[in-house]
Amino acid sequence: MLEVIRSPKIYDVCIIGSGAAGGAAAKVLTEGGVSVVMLEAGPPLDPAKDFKEHLWPYDLAHRGGGVGGKLRGEEADEFMAPNGAWEIDGEPYVLAPGSTFRWFRSRVVGGRTNHWGRVALRFSPMDFKARSRDGMGDDWPMTYEELAPYYDKVESYIGVFGTKENIPSSPDGIFQPPPKPRCTETLLKRACDKVNVLCVPARMAIITQPLNGRPACHYCGQCARGCKSASNFSSSQVLIPPALATGRLTLVTNAMAREIVVGKDGKAEAVSYIDRTTKGEKQVRARSFVVAASTCESARLLLNSRSTLFPQGLANSSGLVGRNLMDSVGSWGSGYFPQLEKMPPHNHDGSGGNYLPHVYMPWWKFDRKNEFLRGYHIEPGGGRFMPVVEQFDDVCDHVEGYGASLKQSCRRSYGATIGMEALGEMIPNENTYCEIDPSVVDEWGIPVLRFHWRAGENEMKMAKDMQQTFRAIVEAAGGTYSTDVTTDGPAPYGLYDGGTAIHESGTVRMGDNPKNSVLNKYCQAHDVKNLFVTDAGAFVTSPDKNPTLSILALSWRASENLLEQAQRGNL
Amino acid sequence: MSISRRDLIKSLSLSAAAGSMLRVVPLTAAETARRMVRVHKAVSSSGEYVPKFFPEHQYKTLRALCQAIIPSDQESGGAIEAGAPEFLDLLSSENKDLQLQLGGGVMWLDATCTERNGQTYLQCAPGQRTEMLDLIAFRKNADKDPRLRPGIEFFSTLRKYTADGFFTSEIGIQYLGYIGNTYLKEFPGCPAIPEA
Repeated sequence: MLEVIRSPKIYDVCIIGSGAAGGAAAKVLTEGGVSVVMLEAGPPLDPAKDFKEHLWPYDLAHRGGGVGGKLRGEEADEFMAPNGAWEIDGEPYVLAPGSTFRWFRSRVVGGRTNHWGRVALRFSPMDFKARSRDGMGDDWPMTYEELAPYYDKVESYIGVFGTKENIPSSPDGIFQPPPKPRCTETLLKRACDKVNVLCVPARMAIITQPLNGRPACHYCGQCARGCKSASNFSSSQVLIPPALATGRLTLVTNAMAREIVVGKDGKAEAVSYIDRTTKGEKQVRARSFVVAASTCESARLLLNSRSTLFPQGLANSSGLVGRNLMDSVGSWGSGYFPQLEKMPPHNHDGSGGNYLPHVYMPWWKFDRKNEFLRGYHIEPGGGRFMPVVEQFDDVCDHVEGYGASLKQSCRRSYGATIGMEALGEMIPNENTYCEIDPSVVDEWGIPVLRFHWRAGENEMKMAKDMQQTFRAIVEAAGGTYSTDVTTDGPAPYGLYDGGTAIHESGTVRMGDNPKNSVLNKYCQAHDVKNLFVTDAGAFVTSPDKNPTLSILALSWRASENLLEQAQRGNL
Repeated sequence: MSISRRDLIKSLSLSAAAGSMLRVVPLTAAETARRMVRVHKAVSSSGEYVPKFFPEHQYKTLRALCQAIIPSDQESGGAIEAGAPEFLDLLSSENKDLQLQLGGGVMWLDATCTERNGQTYLQCAPGQRTEMLDLIAFRKNADKDPRLRPGIEFFSTLRKYTADGFFTSEIGIQYLGYIGNTYLKEFPGCPAIPEA
């Protein structure tokens, strides 16, 4: 007879998810003296075994392209830190008719922080009050000034490089020195100066000086593979270890949370989860709960936690769980630069890697009226990084032929292409949300998400501007712009499908009014006082800054507030 | 001093810095582990390669085609020395689409050579082989002769995968002049960009 295994212990806090939000909460809460159990859906991480830095493509039989070459050209090649994928066997998601959305998940301790881009940008004061400025979306129930001390704490602890630039829409942080620019970046900087686009040193969660026992970066440009020296930030290498060192963290891996159980008093009291190794059901009890499973998974967990008290899903009296789904507005363009053909051999790797640059273009048109609202920043890439499969497809298609001339053409073009990715602010709309699919369950028996996605007018106009900016920069640098985009159709101006930027947010939004928000400004559920959601689900807007630094700051702040409330006996 | 595999695994797992639970792998241990992976592979792959997917004749044809696409020259070896044919055979053994594209393509090539010259591609004289490749190596040739289209598609795919196999090999990476993947105390920046 199958028994549900219930742990007798009642922990102070149960954290669901071990990524940025979960890791920050674990560190702050355990160091604050409370007992924490953390459920992570994926397996444990062993950096020595699981991270693949310094391997050459020819060290692997498939050269990085995976079995059958199926990962050729994919984001997640064989080298990437585990276990990220758009499609996970046994864990499907559904798209509503007419909607395109891709959902990237990494089932392992540390989650997507093991391979993320390390771009560490603060939201600005104007980002928190976007609606007050232009009437669209909503204001956050808090200000930049309230979050700034937490940005300070996070940057001081994890280490971020950058320079103080005094740009109002991109606040300065506490920075270690950045590495020198690469030749591709110097070329772009000169062009940006010509066309009046800001271009400054990047701000990256990579340390260039030793910090808290972690050695400085050694500039191999392989951050996406992980980092055996813990010189870049991941929750697994920087937040979980100090939490474990307190002796107060119990980390349960291969634990797929299924439902948060609510008691008759309307407080959360337990999490039922599936042990992925046995497919057995278990339960863990706690006094408070921090849901940090990532935006869409957190919404999914709440929606699947139905009870007579919460027929629409836990903490969902507003009906907003799953709504206001956002991702960064994205578009990409590239150009060819003949002057780069003649570069002498040089080490181009640096920190980060391809599209994880030493410079970036922060939003610069914040002081004027544009054709669209809000803004975007640009991250460049290109140059002589380690060759990968698919690298010379364009040359092969363009030059054709075979033999010596083909061989030489590939070499001549190597490193002469520069690409730019722009990431901007999406305004939430009522046609973009996730909900529970009525019929499909995953292999654990948990109902899956169905995604609805619609890009709005503002997103399309922004993408058009992105393309114009790319072309202007490339041409000012003496290159040939080589990206063709349509002006209509499914991807106008190269507009990314939803989910492609992997910056989902908004589905468990915070606010002052319980009728149009799920959480208060401390990420605490209005309906359930001992429930907190501290990942990007809590975001009210999706500013033109990558979310991770703000997730860390918000989760740190929410955790300190949880500790205060616990001490006062409110929970 | 040589390090045994056992010592290495021990040092990789006991890498916690004093007083913390950080999993920082000593850099020298990581580099040595990588080299041991490579040495191990080289030893077990000695001897003649037995194709996993292509029959013997088709595999010989594939080898010749790969070498024609990326030949040896004064500076470096070509596709064969880079292990490109083995790489393509491995992928094809795992990928049904490639089985059709490359496997079917090689068959098409032999059939077309037989039709035009009375013998398979490998049996053809060098001039006849060059003539055939010149036809299928350029898309525009399908305008004049639409029957070439399958061969053109085949060659386009073969060319890209052969480039993969060459430029991700040790000799290919050296040929490109990539000199990264190492350990630096500081990033030196790049040399100045030469005038266009």
